[in-house]
Amino acid sequence: MRSVKALTGNAAAAYGVMLCRPEVIPNYPITPQTIIIEQIADFINDGELDADFIPADSEHSAMSMAIGASATGVRTFTTTASQGLALMHEMLYVPPQVRLPILLVNVNRSLGAGSGIWVEYNDSMAERDSGWMQAYAEDSQEVLDMVIQAYRIAEDPRVVLPFMLCLDGFILSHTVERVEVPDQEEVDSFLPKFKPLNRLDPKDPMSINIAVSPAHSMEMRYQLDRQMANARPVISEVDDLFAKAFGRRYGGLIDTYRMEDAETALITIGTATSTARVAVDELRSEGKKVGLIKLRFMRPFPHEEIRKAVKNVKALGVFDRSISVNGFGPVFTEVRNSLYGSGIPITDHIAGIGGRDLKVATFKEMFSVLDQSASGKKVRDCTWHGLRGEM
Amino acid sequence: MDRKMNIRNMPSQDHLLCGQGACAGCGVAIAVRNIMRILGENTTVYVPASCLLIFGGGMYPHSAFDVPFLYSAFENTGAVISGIKAGYRRQGKDVTVIGIAGDGGTFDIGLQALAGAAERNEDVIYVCVDNEAYMNTGTQRSGSTPFGAWTTTTPVGKKIKGKRGFKKDLMSVVTSQDIAYAATLSIAHMNDFVQKVEKAKNLKGFRFLHVMTPCASGWKSDPSATFDLANMAVETGMWSLYEVVDGEVSITYRPKEMRPVTEYLKLQGRFKHMSKEDVDTLQSWICKKWNKRYCPTAPPLEGKEDDLAYGGDGCEGV
Repeated sequence: MRSVKALTGNAAAAYGVMLCRPEVIPNYPITPQTIIIEQIADFINDGELDADFIPADSEHSAMSMAIGASATGVRTFTTTASQGLALMHEMLYVPPQVRLPILLVNVNRSLGAGSGIWVEYNDSMAERDSGWMQAYAEDSQEVLDMVIQAYRIAEDPRVVLPFMLCLDGFILSHTVERVEVPDQEEVDSFLPKFKPLNRLDPKDPMSINIAVSPAHSMEMRYQLDRQMANARPVISEVDDLFAKAFGRRYGGLIDTYRMEDAETALITIGTATSTARVAVDELRSEGKKVGLIKLRFMRPFPHEEIRKAVKNVKALGVFDRSISVNGFGPVFTEVRNSLYGSGIPITDHIAGIGGRDLKVATFKEMFSVLDQSASGKKVRDCTWHGLRGEM
Repeated sequence: MDRKMNIRNMPSQDHLLCGQGACAGCGVAIAVRNIMRILGENTTVYVPASCLLIFGGGMYPHSAFDVPFLYSAFENTGAVISGIKAGYRRQGKDVTVIGIAGDGGTFDIGLQALAGAAERNEDVIYVCVDNEAYMNTGTQRSGSTPFGAWTTTTPVGKKIKGKRGFKKDLMSVVTSQDIAYAATLSIAHMNDFVQKVEKAKNLKGFRFLHVMTPCASGWKSDPSATFDLANMAVETGMWSLYEVVDGEVSITYRPKEMRPVTEYLKLQGRFKHMSKEDVDTLQSWICKKWNKRYCPTAPPLEGKEDDLAYGGDGCEGV
């Protein structure tokens, strides 16, 4: 029976995982992710989830265990954040290339000096080239629902790629929200049993991931690139099927808000979307034709969907919660690539770095830059919003 | 009662097949071929970055293993085999899962994942094939490289000649945790070798096999000297053969008398630069190890290191 619970984003992830019945769960604690593995440990020790829970000696080992387990053909889950994801970095390149549909939940947290534990996307954005699908959730319900969708997408024989589901540290991971928890039978019928294409099995021996010379490695990488493209229609399809089964639709690669007649628009990601929606409503009530595009997937990247959504806008802004130092925000770079030659002025808006609070006013400030941009005024390519004093 | 396994009655079916690309005289190939014969076809092999990955795992589309094989990185053998075993266990498949790593992949970069697997007492076999340097990348020193040895990162310079530190006592590290079984093996003592592999195969829990595997290319030795080197390592005390079951250590082969280390050193180019002083330092280190290994009840050593005479069994006078 469906139930309604008050869950943090982390607890929602854990409930989603329980409903998907992974067989092996290697894990290692790190703030702000730890609650996920604590909750899963409770599920297992209370007999609510039957899975192998392997406490690893590091995140590098956790991902290595996930690779070993998934290679035998069982559904596998692991989770981390920030420094932990960075420690996994080496191993993240293996599952895409050997087609292991592991689900990794990454709770976004800033990376590097300063010991920041608050939300920023530079941990996951740095892994966008690894070949993992990458989605960002806005609220706890979406976290739970996307865990279920993620396995369905990742294990689809047309895709067979690992999936990284990202949620904002603290703002989402530790905030309690109303969440509808689906029924186990419903999830069982939505998510078929994992049928691996290839697996380690002494009855049908196979070598997986031996050395590949330049004579073949380029084709392998090309196939991976094509495979990621194949995931695009599957993501939309799974969202449709999910809506039919559970009554909630997320829009696939992107979601749009009040874009029909929008003259200026902002692309947002993660929980910031909720705040930006309020800014859009307030500006709309003042008669300003503004709209919002919620970027749900960073990989595969929704180039065509964005082109279609913005074809009538006069100026487009991109919110980035991470920075490629001396470059731009990674989302901006992708969006500008998508719209190359469109003539639409595009600006980058860096904000919320290191977990700095994002206010409705912050997004209104971004829209005021877009107003200037739409009126033909030359504005800076990249603006940092919310800096202290004059920098 | 069944006879113990020996080299005559051991299984002869190969699972590291002919055509693999090891160098002539490679100790790793000899060790792994025989281990795989004993473990049999119901086995899955993980190999991290190493010579064995290249010559055994192979280069696509060729592989010398005819059992399931996986590779993923260098430092994670203990972790990946834990994951493979968990995956099989969930499917009710009783498969022998083995990780085979070199000394670099075990003593150095892989030590953390190895210690994790040992602490969890994972039901897997971990084999360290020890050729005492990073041979796959062209002979750089590792935590296993013995005192005085030349490697490309402990070169024989005008001022400093060869490695200054001693070989890490890996078995002590591994057996400091409650694991099912640990043993040292030599390819010059094959009956002992096959019995230890078979014993490991039939136990549950974490099993660790440490094999000394001479390397003609990195040790600058003649490929035909591989057996002699493995043998002389044991006779001089540079290697010793024992097993640890439930924390109890048993010597499985005891040399009649300690041979001077020079008899081992002279077979290899990597030690040919060593001064008499350095040879004496190495000999003193061996004497301490020898006494600790073969006469554990003797009182602590006293007096000058020069007094540690070899030629007897090393226990006299202490």
